[in-house]
Amino acid sequence: MKIKVIVTLKNGVLDPQGKAIQQTLNGMGFESVNEVRQGKYFDIEVNENDEVKAKSKVEDMCKKLLANLVIEDFKII
Amino acid sequence: MKSSVIIFPGSNCDRDMDVALKKFGFNNQMVWHNDAELPKSDLIVLPGGFSYGDYLRCGSIAGKSKIINSVIEYAKSGGLVLGICNGFQILTETGLLPGVLQQNKYLEFICKNVHVKINDTKNKYFKNIKKEILELHIAHNEGNYFCSSDELKLIEDNNQIAVTYCNKDGTCDINSNPNGALKNIAGIFNKNKNILGMMPHPERMIDKYLSGEDGSIFFENLLGNLN
Repeated sequence: MKIKVIVTLKNGVLDPQGKAIQQTLNGMGFESVNEVRQGKYFDIEVNENDEVKAKSKVEDMCKKLLANLVIEDFKII
Repeated sequence: MKSSVIIFPGSNCDRDMDVALKKFGFNNQMVWHNDAELPKSDLIVLPGGFSYGDYLRCGSIAGKSKIINSVIEYAKSGGLVLGICNGFQILTETGLLPGVLQQNKYLEFICKNVHVKINDTKNKYFKNIKKEILELHIAHNEGNYFCSSDELKLIEDNNQIAVTYCNKDGTCDINSNPNGALKNIAGIFNKNKNILGMMPHPERMIDKYLSGEDGSIFFENLLGNLN
């Protein structure tokens, strides 16, 4: 079963890359872009048929490795 | 005094650290990350570099390596653990030190000499040190120290801020902050001050003809405190 995870910086944590992307987009003429926050996306193939169990395992992975909870949040989708 | 330097795939300051420790009289040995046991040591060093290519987050993969469980056990029993640069990042990823090292504020890899002020001398690393301000080298892309405001209060209340970026006169302000680090933090201790993580590289400043000697002051003093 494939589980998808998105890791993003928490609100309020400085994201200089996002800021640089936003400014570049503004400079390219996309003036309506107010903010960009950059994150990470993971596709995780888990050898598990039960979706609840698979997501529970992935949640454990997120807490222990995929996200640094000091500055990042994660979303399992 | 016995020291051990852990080598991870991608470490690149491990040999410099070995040379520095031996120069000042440590009986040093190198330990591979895939070993399970630490040799008997008075000091463990996690060196600088790019362990595991900085994949995922700097220090995150090394923070789960086989030897790290022994390092955590050693640190929790009061052993001295020093993490330099990537070693500092590894220490925050393992949770042995609070906070995190984020990408530098201006998105640049910074490689230059800086001055740092020693903020606390009630510990084995800086007790009796003969200079309050050291000139050391930094070389990093992720040295921007960050932690929550609650965590910062705890760190400040316990005097865990070890060294801060300053100018040569000791002023810590935005102009002397190379990477955007919170409160100019260049290095911190754990609560018991047996674990020190810092971004500057003392092992690069041990030769008066090549670099400078403020790193020598650090190592001589540390050895003196341990003897």
